[in-house]
Amino acid sequence: MAYNLKVEASKPERFVGGHRLCAGCGAGVAVRGVLRALNDEDKSVSGVATSCLEVSSCLYPFTAWNDCFIHSAFENVAASVSGAEAAYNALKRKGKVKDTYKFIAFGGDGGTYDIGFQALSGAMERGHDMVYVCYDNEAYMNTGLQRSSATPKYAEVSTAPVGSKIPGKAQFKKDLTETIVAHDIPYVAQTTFMTNFKDLHEKAYKAHYTPGPAFLNVLAPCPRGWRYPPEDLMAICKLAVDTCVWPLYEVIDGEWKLTYEPKTKLPVTDYLKPQGRFSHMFKPGAEYMIEDFQKEVDKKWERLLKKCK
Amino acid sequence: MGIRERLSGNEAVAVALKQIDPDVVAAYPITPSTEVPQYFAQFVADGQVNTEFVTVESEHSAMSACITATAAGGRSATITSACGLALMWELLYVASGSRLPVTLAVVNRALSGPININNDHSDSMGARDSGWIQLYSENNQEAYDNYIMSLRIAEHKDVMLPVMTCQDGFITSHAIENIELLEDDKVKKFVGEYKPEHSLLSGERLSIGPYDTPMFYFEHQYQRARAMVDSKKVILEVSKEFGELSGRHYGLFEEYKMEDAERAIIVLNSTAGTAKAVVDELRSKGEKVGIIKLRVFRPFPMEELAKALAHVKAVAVMDKAESFSGIGGPVFGDVRSACYELKTRPHIINYIYGLGGRDVPMSDIQIVFDALKEVVKNDNPGEIYRHVGVRGV
Repeated sequence: MAYNLKVEASKPERFVGGHRLCAGCGAGVAVRGVLRALNDEDKSVSGVATSCLEVSSCLYPFTAWNDCFIHSAFENVAASVSGAEAAYNALKRKGKVKDTYKFIAFGGDGGTYDIGFQALSGAMERGHDMVYVCYDNEAYMNTGLQRSSATPKYAEVSTAPVGSKIPGKAQFKKDLTETIVAHDIPYVAQTTFMTNFKDLHEKAYKAHYTPGPAFLNVLAPCPRGWRYPPEDLMAICKLAVDTCVWPLYEVIDGEWKLTYEPKTKLPVTDYLKPQGRFSHMFKPGAEYMIEDFQKEVDKKWERLLKKCK
Repeated sequence: MGIRERLSGNEAVAVALKQIDPDVVAAYPITPSTEVPQYFAQFVADGQVNTEFVTVESEHSAMSACITATAAGGRSATITSACGLALMWELLYVASGSRLPVTLAVVNRALSGPININNDHSDSMGARDSGWIQLYSENNQEAYDNYIMSLRIAEHKDVMLPVMTCQDGFITSHAIENIELLEDDKVKKFVGEYKPEHSLLSGERLSIGPYDTPMFYFEHQYQRARAMVDSKKVILEVSKEFGELSGRHYGLFEEYKMEDAERAIIVLNSTAGTAKAVVDELRSKGEKVGIIKLRVFRPFPMEELAKALAHVKAVAVMDKAESFSGIGGPVFGDVRSACYELKTRPHIINYIYGLGGRDVPMSDIQIVFDALKEVVKNDNPGEIYRHVGVRGV
């Protein structure tokens, strides 16, 4: 059946309101979108790495999770969910569990690109039937905006501040999605929140219902950390995609496919300008930063286009 | 009558695991416990168990997988040693804090650094405050028996705490001894099914591992601590039932020739065997000596131990781990504290011994009993924090 936002949005929520995420936070949007793609009859277990999402959505004795939820630590969510999936297989085999359960791991970029990377790689390699979702807001937001390997070059963060000698983060963002593609798992995709959420929905559906491990990297902006007005979430996401800073694509069994190609590729400044974390890049003398940033985006975009041919 | 076999300590644990047939085993190799998952992998490969065997990429992930598997309603187990246990540290607290009855077979080995692959108790002693019940095993038979009992203790509704069973790396893990196994059906009947009150896959909507604010965290810690206190009774009940089944009887500790003992050594794991031999020799010469072999270290059997030591004149607590506290090892601290309320207290000294696989000959135990003789004679403990078997001391 063709995707219809109205129909999808009228389904009972598996992740409900009342949680304490900030206004405009991308994490809650990502979770709702991913869980909404589950078939109505299926149940789910979500593991969540220690993160903004975890401390804001399940504070004893409250929970925003209408399906099952488990959190145990920061760096282990992939291993943690692989344990649930293993138990499910055993209990299903023994006839002790009748329902169909789907297994999802949610981690922020810190919990995925950095400290949780080993557990993620292990779980993907072992082939558990699970979906790993990284909600990537490009810094350690829960502890107060520290640099992660997902932070873009030049972005101002609390452990890579803009100083008189060093202009923010020194390295380009790590390409985690490609790293997971290299694990040769059945489904990998990069997505974010676009117009009617079709891209996120369809990729989440494929991730849930492709047997074996799947990985979704969801750009999930953080208005406080990125310093833009919270109501601009969708606009920022659209700019990330239209400037090719965050291309939308999927890799199915090794086949690369671009799922969105901007009609006009916008200059990176359109994306950088509205965000306070990049404001120093627009000061006199900082032109080289813009050039450098643009060059990197162009290089990666060309490389991606070749892969998707 | 059980099945007579000859097995190493590692094989004994692997056979126990096969008989139990848990839902999930997640493990990572580390010397000297590696053999257990190896044997188990063969049982999986041969279809002798119905377990999901998850060959994780670290011990941290092994414990993480076991925690969630248990929360999901599966019975889960892992095995490790030394640095592997250290890497699990963070999750040990999560397992007990989430009240998930994971079982862990520890094959004791020295912690790095520098790296050493041989036996001492620095690994499990370091984990003594993690909310895990700890059972220690003198030999292969006890490693097997303790492991089987550990599930029943952990999963008891008044406990719901994880249990680690410990045995000495190489000394018992790799030494082949006679052992009496229970029949498979008896083990299966004894351990029964794992039926948790709540689980992720039961159909209910359940959130586990919340952010616990200052409003509730303290109450949850109190409940966890209370469960540890209450577990003592359950350990004794389960041990009694196991005794009726197997003919092998276990308490919180074993008293060996303690009835009229004036001098005593407290020890755990394999050194108890060596110490018993020394006791026999000294007894044949008319010396009133005995040993107490601690089986249950967490919860610590404070009142029972104080009672057992009330008539003794001098005690040496032998610790196969340093705690770097400047005042002695971990077992010593607890034993000494246990005796504080006694009307007449024995003199209590501490010996650190056998670190990093240093051999513990009978002559070392003899040195300790001789030292205790001096303590009794002088009615003075002298130096309290001592070492035996280390050169230059």
